[in-house]
Amino acid sequence: MSNPSYQDIAQQGLWQNNVAFVQLLGLCPLLAVSNNTINGLGLGMATLLVLVCSNVTVSLIRHWVRPEVRVPVFVMVIASFVTAIDLLMNAFMHDLHKILGIFIPLIVTNCAIIARAEAFASKNSPSYALWDGLMMGLGFMAVLVVLGAMRELLGQGTLFSQAHLMFGTGAEWLTLTLFDDYQGFLLAILPPGAFIGLGLLIAVKNWLDQRQQQPSRSPQAAAQQANA
Amino acid sequence: MLVRQMFITSIILGGFAIIGSGMVALTYSSTEERIELAQREALLRSLHELITPEKSDNDLYHDVIEVTDKALLGSDNPVQIYRARKHNKPVAALLTPTAPNGYGGAIKLLVAIHYDGTLAGVRVLQHHETPGLGDDIEVERSDWILSFNNHSLNSLTPSQWKVKKDGGTFDQFTGATITPRAIVQAVHRSLNYFQQHRNTVFDTPSLPREVEHHE
Repeated sequence: MSNPSYQDIAQQGLWQNNVAFVQLLGLCPLLAVSNNTINGLGLGMATLLVLVCSNVTVSLIRHWVRPEVRVPVFVMVIASFVTAIDLLMNAFMHDLHKILGIFIPLIVTNCAIIARAEAFASKNSPSYALWDGLMMGLGFMAVLVVLGAMRELLGQGTLFSQAHLMFGTGAEWLTLTLFDDYQGFLLAILPPGAFIGLGLLIAVKNWLDQRQQQPSRSPQAAAQQANA
Repeated sequence: MLVRQMFITSIILGGFAIIGSGMVALTYSSTEERIELAQREALLRSLHELITPEKSDNDLYHDVIEVTDKALLGSDNPVQIYRARKHNKPVAALLTPTAPNGYGGAIKLLVAIHYDGTLAGVRVLQHHETPGLGDDIEVERSDWILSFNNHSLNSLTPSQWKVKKDGGTFDQFTGATITPRAIVQAVHRSLNYFQQHRNTVFDTPSLPREVEHHE
């Protein structure tokens, strides 16, 4: 990756090398918190913010940090940002912070963040590092939100419940109740639902990738695609 | 040479430690007040849900004592009791006991008891019960928790202070008896505590609020 283009970085972060789908990093918070859309969005945003801040900082200091101590320095940078963001969320999104609880401080241990610092930010200029952090973070957040929405929809029959916790009391209208009197599919909300849901999403991603890779093999499929 | 290298390296590491903790300290001091405010607002919101603002005229948040009673309040840690008063007459006490025997561990409750010993209401502050089964104790999910309203030690005999499955008055949930049972027991114990200590509860001077007592 000597001279990455912005488009490449975006493609890597959002799809080809997605933190949750492909690298399979940060699964602990991903699986634990994705029981509804708003929780997923909250943790996704916090992770995105930490990733962007840490990537930029690591990239800025990359010439001063000696290789022997780079890991402790990266950890310190990440931990400082996480603590600061934890405090800020506690102050300004108090109720959401209470729900996400321990998973905000635990962003420190999300391997995805130190992996980006080590593999990308410490070798590239700040603008690339910023873009990479943004794209990787967005990719992770997207998975959290999609998985959260899936589980919430199946488990409770709603979408964006508790939106007011994030956007203030004016945001209750965001909550969509899709099925009234829905009994709820309990499995989706319980931890096994998270594993099954993530597995299904990864399967869909792989299926899409495979379809894209070999359209030329069968002329029929190619024709169908052209028609579509 | 090696010593020099080590020296420089440790200076770098130390420098980053100072910058990092400086940043955290700065954020801490600038959000401290806001966090305290948010905590107070969140607490007052739940207190006012049970004792509406017009029922009392005192500073609920500051009119608080701490007591420890493992047997009746379910926790080794001090338990906060907020006192609601109007024209300096006691109106109600809001206890924050724990039901230690929930299905997913301890359940933190808020139990509001009128001065005459009847329940103004019960709310669940914190729990780890199974989603979809045990979380019907949340007022947002079902009306179950409201079934305590207006009950007291006089309205039901001790054997009625149980879930129906155990021969009492209160409903259990389909597939979840442990959770409601734990809460019924904890509410019953809180009422007993209040009956035994009513005068002390209202007469003890409030805690100074300099030190925050949050878990």
